[in-house]
Amino acid sequence: MPEGFDMKWAAVAIAASVGVVAILGMFMTSWMISPKRPSAQKGIAYESGIPPREYRWSQINIRYYIFGLLFLIFDVEAVFLFPWTVTFLKSPAIVFYEMLVFLGILLFGLLFAWRKGALDWR
Amino acid sequence: MNEFNWTFVAIAVLGLFGLFSFLATVVLSLTWYERKMLARIQMRVGPSRVGPHGLLQPVADVFKLMAKEDVRPDVSSKSLFWIAPVLVLVPAFLVWITIPFADGLVVQPQDLGLLYVVAISTLGIVGLLLAGYTSASKYSVLGGIRAAAQLVSYEIPIIVVVLAIAILVQSLDLRDVITGNEVVIGERVITFNGQGAIPFAAIMPLGAVIFLIAGLAELGRTPFDIHHAESEVVGGPFLEYSGAHWAVFFLAEYFNTFVIAALTVLLFFGGWSWPSPPESIFGTALEEWQTDALGVAWFLFKTYLVIGLFFWFRGTYPRLRIDQLMAFGWQILIPLSFVNLILMAIVMFYEWPLWAMPAISVPLLAATAYLAARRNDRKVNTGSVTLYRRQKRADGGNELVPPAAATYEEAGARGAGN
Repeated sequence: MPEGFDMKWAAVAIAASVGVVAILGMFMTSWMISPKRPSAQKGIAYESGIPPREYRWSQINIRYYIFGLLFLIFDVEAVFLFPWTVTFLKSPAIVFYEMLVFLGILLFGLLFAWRKGALDWR
Repeated sequence: MNEFNWTFVAIAVLGLFGLFSFLATVVLSLTWYERKMLARIQMRVGPSRVGPHGLLQPVADVFKLMAKEDVRPDVSSKSLFWIAPVLVLVPAFLVWITIPFADGLVVQPQDLGLLYVVAISTLGIVGLLLAGYTSASKYSVLGGIRAAAQLVSYEIPIIVVVLAIAILVQSLDLRDVITGNEVVIGERVITFNGQGAIPFAAIMPLGAVIFLIAGLAELGRTPFDIHHAESEVVGGPFLEYSGAHWAVFFLAEYFNTFVIAALTVLLFFGGWSWPSPPESIFGTALEEWQTDALGVAWFLFKTYLVIGLFFWFRGTYPRLRIDQLMAFGWQILIPLSFVNLILMAIVMFYEWPLWAMPAISVPLLAATAYLAARRNDRKVNTGSVTLYRRQKRADGGNELVPPAAATYEEAGARGAGN
């Protein structure tokens, strides 16, 4: 492990717990001072003033999943690119050209999806 | 102090609570700033009753939100419903621990600062999606899914622009982005003097514009606020929340606004570094805390300017439709951001001078804006009025627009005839 690795990530863990504690503090304060008068009317989900139907989860357009898949591809690619950015100048020239080929394939994929109409929301 | 010890933990906890309170105070000031600025744009007065110039209005709002009853739909999943706000706010807070306010004034610097920032800020999507899904309300589900689609789409341009910055600086540490970095590779020495004199916006104008637009979309602020658009999905994922839980979402939104503005300033406008060292401006030697205070002041000043720009957009632009939004992200911003990345890599690899970047990217930006505007013009021309006229002409009529109906009955009759 590199120098100070555990300290750096311990700080992240501590920050996360501080955040959680601060939020729970807010919730506790609110719980202590806020009124609690539940009623059947308050427990109904908002649907423009009419009583909601039995099935409460609406259907979701398939487009969202296509964009989800595309995002996954580009996000994984970003993880490959991060180490490359700081090392390709120190490495042999092949590393630079190889990443250009990789990006070319990726952008070809984007172009393919575009031509297929996957990027247009219809 | 490289060993884990409890003194460190105690200091860290105190410092982090301090940071949290500082951020909460900033959020209060931002809400006042936003309301006052929007009011001025719309020729209103804005908050003016509570305190001088309405300055205490945000405090009054906090008390109001705290004292409100927490309501939850009966059918929603109780534990997940209450956890979702935490999952949104904690990542928004975690980003802040690695953002430097001044040289050395940072809770915990990370060697992988740039990667850390983009990775953690994406986590908030999970909370939004969960909030939308567990609310068991149709509008909430739609809003949550829309939020996820929008945020993941605009995350990619941000990541790719950050990659270009990393190539330029040859480091992933946020402090190096401001103060400069020196890399020795064989006989070549890449010296980068920091952003004091020449901010990155001058070297990488394409990147700066992409980051600003994508950052705005990442926040879900107007014109990109489709996931909590009042007229479409009412309140989006936050629809069923009230009281303190809604306040936490609100807090997270402003944390993120502040973080995107701060990142814009850090990555493109020089962060805390003065155009020339403060010593030369004030003519005397400054102590360390004075230099730090000046740096923080300068950093916050620029950040507030960028946030003001965001609020100005909110007062000026109408909302995009979801198809326009996704098409803009995927067909314009993502290809452009990759062009920016490859250009940066080529400039560094072939050792071109750095002014080649703006020389190529400014005409590119102008050409893209022109082409995009032309494409949108064509779409406007085939709108409903054009289609109506075309149909009329095909039917042999010469009536360009329907004349106003004389009576109510006539209008009814015409409607029935169609």
